[in-house]
Amino acid sequence: MEQLIAFAGSNIQMVYILILSVFLGVVVIGGVPSVLHTPLMSGANAIHGVVVVGAIIVVLKTDSTNYAALCLGFLAVVLGTLNVVGGFAVTDRMLEMFRPKKRRAP
Amino acid sequence: MMHTDGYVLDLCYLVSSVTFIAGLRMMSSPKTARNGNLIAAAGMLLAVAATLLLSGDHASSEVLKLAIIIAGITLGGVAGWIVARSVKMTAMPQLVSLFNGMGGGCAAIIGLLEFGHKGGDAAARSVVAAGMIIGGVSFAGSVIAFLKLSGAIKRPFRMPGYNIVNGAVLAGVLVAAGLAVVAATSAPAYIALAVAALYGVLFVLPIGGADMPVVISLLNSFTGLAVAFSGLGYNNQAMLTGGVLVGAAGTFLTIIMCKAMNRSLVNVVFGAFGSPVAAAAAGTSIKGSVKDISVSDAAVLLNYASKVIIVPGYGLAVAQAQHAVHELETALAAKGVNVSYAIHPVAGRMPGHMNVLLAEANVDYDKLLDMESANPQFATTDVALVVGANDVVNPAARNTASSPIYGMPILDVESARNIIIVKRSMNTGYAGIENELFYNAKASMLFGDAKQVLAGLIAELKKI
Repeated sequence: MEQLIAFAGSNIQMVYILILSVFLGVVVIGGVPSVLHTPLMSGANAIHGVVVVGAIIVVLKTDSTNYAALCLGFLAVVLGTLNVVGGFAVTDRMLEMFRPKKRRAP
Repeated sequence: MMHTDGYVLDLCYLVSSVTFIAGLRMMSSPKTARNGNLIAAAGMLLAVAATLLLSGDHASSEVLKLAIIIAGITLGGVAGWIVARSVKMTAMPQLVSLFNGMGGGCAAIIGLLEFGHKGGDAAARSVVAAGMIIGGVSFAGSVIAFLKLSGAIKRPFRMPGYNIVNGAVLAGVLVAAGLAVVAATSAPAYIALAVAALYGVLFVLPIGGADMPVVISLLNSFTGLAVAFSGLGYNNQAMLTGGVLVGAAGTFLTIIMCKAMNRSLVNVVFGAFGSPVAAAAAGTSIKGSVKDISVSDAAVLLNYASKVIIVPGYGLAVAQAQHAVHELETALAAKGVNVSYAIHPVAGRMPGHMNVLLAEANVDYDKLLDMESANPQFATTDVALVVGANDVVNPAARNTASSPIYGMPILDVESARNIIIVKRSMNTGYAGIENELFYNAKASMLFGDAKQVLAGLIAELKKI
């Protein structure tokens, strides 16, 4: 328990970001019409792909001779990038169809 | 490395965090949604590039690691792009689930590797363990959700005492994680991750088809939470804001979806929606007969109507009939019939799924009515054409207190003068319950695959 309090205290700015972001997350998508629920979920899905940053850091931190860890790190980078690129691409494809003007038939 | 690099990196993360917030905000409104997504993607690119260029010490021994990272990004990027661009629009929900699982898996691996780096600090190890476990649950759960939605796993799987087994496994996860934190070695961490993955599988397996969107949204927020914990462990602001934002927004979105179905989250996770018992109990009470209608009779009925409302459901998506339904709409409009679509908030497999599909078929955005604006219209409607929808038009939600969907708001098709229901068979919908609408005196059943039936209707209309 003491260690947890010490951890929170020494990372108090991060804890602030965490708490404030919770409120922000709820407010920022407030009033979203149900039409956009699927694209929004998909877009949010792409944003948590920021985990790939962690995958990059973990590979950079790994000992260069620890090949098992490097392999796992490689896998993490692949999975994280799949999440980011796939997520944003699929969201864009969905939103592409919500153009304000109807496309003319050729 | 210049001594300001660290500050530049922090500033880049700040900009990325702002783009995530602004992007999510813009994605909540139809006009700005696409740009919002692009802005968030640009912020992501900045975060990744800055991490690659500005973190680490870039000694010569780093070349191998940089090569590994770049190879990983290239492989993941190309594969993600190809899959996202080539998949069919009807397969969107499972794809979102799959990508979500990838993110969870990434967080789980990071946690596993980080365990070796965190020395004596038990609190820091708890944070790492939390990210790892939640990531593991999210990964396994999302993969199961993907398999269920793509049809590889068909029936909800539930056995007596399921909640007790699940509870025991969850307790096992916590104990293993606690051991890993205290022991500060990797072996218990591997066990904790394996049990967490098992929990993810058991968590999603029993959940019925109608509840899948809620579960995907929930797993999405789980991954967000896992990323937030990783970010906390790394003191990385971009990961923290991105993760918490998605965790909070995802949870909020999950609750909105539950409200639209009049279900509580607890019910979705622990309830027995769609279980055979509930289905049998609710299904025995309906008496009466079902009336068939032929394609040509239905075409005549539609032709002489002045106002038609189409009610699309998941059956339309399964049959890939979104283009056919748009064609029917145009054919009817050419005959002077006023056609619109009534979209239930949870029609399809995800909220907004129908809108996405119909937009793909170039259906005019203005013709899509949401439930609130559609319901008063049915009273003046000549024909309500229900295509592959079931539970969202089931009057049991209003009349039968014992029904599992009782209280769910439904589309008021009963007030229309005629109801034509296009359906493959008399089978029940995802909720697994009978629909008394089919026995309504005003209702006629038009059996067949939605796409073929619609094509038949269009052909008949042209003859009239």
